[in-house]
Amino acid sequence: MHAWLAETTPADLAAARVQMALSLGWHIIIACFGVGLPALTLFAEWRGIRTGDASYRLLARRWSRAMGVLFAVGAVSGTILSFEMGLLWPRLMGRFGQLIGLPFALEGFAFFVEAIFLGIYLYGWDRLGPRAHLLSGLPIVVAGVASAFFVVSANAWMNQPRGFNLVSGKVSDTNPWAAMFNPATPPQTVHMIVAAFMVTGFSAASVYAVAWLRGRRDRYHRLGFLLPFTVAAALAPVQIVVGDWAARFVADKQPAKLAAMEGVFTTARGVPLHLGGVAIDGRLRYTIEIPNGLSLLAHWNPNSEVTGLDQFPAADHPVVNVVHPAFEIMVAAGLGLLLLGVCCAIAWWRHRRPPATRWFWRAAAISGIAAVAAVEAGWVTTEVGRQPWIVYGVLRTRDAVNPSPGLWIGLLVIVAVYTALTIAAIAVLRRLARDVPVPVAPQEADVTGFRVV
Amino acid sequence: MSAAQLTILVILAALTGYALLGGADFGGGFWDLVAGARAGRHATERRRLIEHSLGPVWEANHVWLIFAIVLLWTGFPGVFAAIASTAYIPLTAAALGIIGRGSGFAFRKVSIEYRYQRLFGTVFAFSSVATPFFLGAVLGSIGAGRIPAGIAAGGRLASWWSPTPIVTGALAVGIGAYLAAVFLTGDAQREAPDLVPELRRNALVAGVVVGALAVVGLLVVRLDAPKLARSLWRTPALILVVASLAAGLASLLLLVAGRYLAVRVTAGLAAAAVIWAWAAASYPTLLPGATVGSAAAEPAVLHALLGTSAVGAVVLIPSLGWLFAIFQARPRRAPSSDEHAAQP
Repeated sequence: MHAWLAETTPADLAAARVQMALSLGWHIIIACFGVGLPALTLFAEWRGIRTGDASYRLLARRWSRAMGVLFAVGAVSGTILSFEMGLLWPRLMGRFGQLIGLPFALEGFAFFVEAIFLGIYLYGWDRLGPRAHLLSGLPIVVAGVASAFFVVSANAWMNQPRGFNLVSGKVSDTNPWAAMFNPATPPQTVHMIVAAFMVTGFSAASVYAVAWLRGRRDRYHRLGFLLPFTVAAALAPVQIVVGDWAARFVADKQPAKLAAMEGVFTTARGVPLHLGGVAIDGRLRYTIEIPNGLSLLAHWNPNSEVTGLDQFPAADHPVVNVVHPAFEIMVAAGLGLLLLGVCCAIAWWRHRRPPATRWFWRAAAISGIAAVAAVEAGWVTTEVGRQPWIVYGVLRTRDAVNPSPGLWIGLLVIVAVYTALTIAAIAVLRRLARDVPVPVAPQEADVTGFRVV
Repeated sequence: MSAAQLTILVILAALTGYALLGGADFGGGFWDLVAGARAGRHATERRRLIEHSLGPVWEANHVWLIFAIVLLWTGFPGVFAAIASTAYIPLTAAALGIIGRGSGFAFRKVSIEYRYQRLFGTVFAFSSVATPFFLGAVLGSIGAGRIPAGIAAGGRLASWWSPTPIVTGALAVGIGAYLAAVFLTGDAQREAPDLVPELRRNALVAGVVVGALAVVGLLVVRLDAPKLARSLWRTPALILVVASLAAGLASLLLLVAGRYLAVRVTAGLAAAAVIWAWAAASYPTLLPGATVGSAAAEPAVLHALLGTSAVGAVVLIPSLGWLFAIFQARPRRAPSSDEHAAQP
C-alpha cells in the first residue's frame, strides 16, 4: 500500500494511544464538574434566594469560585483534545472527520454558550439582580449537559459507525444526523451524563465529609455535604439501571468487547459471571464463578448463549487483562456508592439525619475518589474494549495514527505538562478552600464580602 | 455560492473572530509580560486592568479557535488532517501554550500569595506570546504552500521553520499586542484613567512596529513565497492589503486624537484585512493539491454544518452582545483593592 504505513513504529503507536488516554482521562474529570457543578451551585443559590439562608448563599458563592477555576482548566484541556484528534489521528480525521464533525460543531456552540454565560454568571454576582443572576446560570447547565451529549455521541459513533457507505475505501452517501444518532448514542450519553452528576456530587460531598471528620459540623458544612450527596446518591440506583442497559447493548452490538469485559473466551450457553481473575493462555484463571450469572445479566435468560472471544480472529481481540479488571472496578465502585447512599437513606428515614458513625463519613470522604475511579475505569473499558479498532469494524487504530516519527517525544512533553498542571490545580483548589475560612455561622457580610472572582 | 464556499467563509469568520478577540487576549498577556520589567504600583495597576479586561471574556473569545478547528475538520477533513499531521510540532507547541495561558491566568487570579501570583503570571505571560507565534506560523506555512495535501506529506521542520512562517508568527504576536493596547486604552479610560497616557504610547509604538513588520513581511513573502506574493499584488487581495494599511494609518491618527472607541474599529479592521488578504490571495487553493472544491466534505455534511451554524449564530450573537454590554458599559463596583494588590 502506502510507503509511509511502514514508518509507524509500535512505540509511536503506543505513545499516541497513551497520550490520548492521558489527556482524555484528565479532561473527563474536569468535564464532569463542568456538567454537574453549575446545577448544584444554581440549586444552592436558588435556595439561598428563597430562604435568605446565609449558608446556602455562601455555598453558592464558594462553589462558583471553584467553578471558575475548573471551567478555565477544562476549556484548555478540552481544546488540547481537538488538536490531538488531528495531531495523533490524522488518518481518522481525514476520512471520517466529516462524520463526527456535526456533533463537535454543535458542541462548539454549546461550549460557546457555556463560556459566555459563565463569564456573565461569575462576574455578574454583584452586577445583576438576584433573579437575573440566577437566570444567567441556567444556560450554563443546559449547555453543559448538551456538550456532554454531543461529545459522547461522537465517541458512540466510533463504536457504532453509521451514516455512510465505504466505496473502495472512500466515504460516500454521508448522513451526519444518522452518524450522530447512531445506536450507541442513547445508552452511552445517558450513562456519561449521569456519571458526571455523580462525580460532581460525591466529590463535593467528600470535601464536607472530610470537614465533618475534622469536627466542622455546623449548618454550612452539613448543607455542603447533604445537597451534593443527595443528588449523587439518588442517581446511583439510576446509574445501575443505565449501566445495565449499556452493558446489554454492548453484548448485543459489540460482542468482542463484552467478551473481554467478562473474560469469556469460549462461546457457550449458561455462561457464569466471572469475578476477578487473570487471563492466561486464553483462559481466565483465579476467578470466582457465579453459575449462569452472565447469561442472565446479558440476555435476561440463564441459558442464553454468550459469544466468546473464540468467535473472533486473534488479531481482533481486545486486551482482556485491561478491559476485564477495568470493568469490574467500575461496577464495584458503582455498587459501593449505591450502598453508601442506602446507608444514608436508612439513617435519614430512622433519625432524620445522616449516620453518626465515623465509618460512614470515612467512606463518604473517599466517595468522590471512587466516583472518579468508576468514570476512568468505564472509559478504559469502552475504549480499550473497542481495540484494535478506532472505528469499530472499519478502521484499525494503527492505521489511523500519525505516521510522523517521534510521537513519543510529544508524549514525554505532555506527561510533564499534565503533571505540572495537576499539581498546580490541586494546590490552587486547596488554597481556594482555605484562603478565606468559613465562619461557624455565616452572616450577611460573610456572603456579600466573599469575592467570587 | 456553493456550500463549500459558504463553509470556507464561516471558517474565515471564526478565524477572524479568534484573531481579533482571542488575539487581543494574548496581547494582554504580552503587556503583562512587559509590565514585569517595571516594578511598583503602576505595574500592579496595569496587571489589574489587564486581568479585569480579560477575565469575563477570554473563555468565550477562546471558543472561536475551537470553532475554526471543528469547522475545518468537518468541512474539509483532508485539509485538517494534512495540516495537523505535517505541522505537528508548532501545533503541539501552540496546544501547550494554550494550556499554560488559560490555567496560568485562572490560577493567578485566585492566588493570594505573591510568589504564586508571580509563578502563574509568568506562565500566563510567556505562553501568551508563544501561542500566537506558533499559530501564526502555521497560518504562514499554509499561506506559503509548505503544507501539501496528504498525511504528513510536508517537512516536519521545514514546513514552518522558514522565513514566511516565522514572520507571520511574529506578526501574529504583534497584531495581538497592538489590538490589546488599543482595547486596553479604551478600558483604562473607563476604569483607570491614569493608565491612559502610557497605554496610548504602547498602542502607538505597537502600531508602528506592526506596520513595519507587515512591510518586512511583504518583502519576505516576495523572496520566500513568490507565488503568494504575486497573488497578494492582484485584486482582490491587493484591495485588502491597501485597506489594511489605510486602516492602520487611520488608527494611529485616531490614537493621537484620543478617539479610543473609534480606533477599536479601525485597528480591528486593519488586523482582519491581513487575514482576508491572505485568504483572498490563496483562494481557491487551500493547500497544494487541495482546493475549496476538491477538498470539501460531502454536501449532506456541509448543509448540516451550515444549518446548525445559522441556528447557532441566532443564539450566540445576542448572548455575546449581552456579555460585552455588561462588561463594557457599566463601571465595575470598586474592587477591594487592598486584598487584591500584590505585595511590592
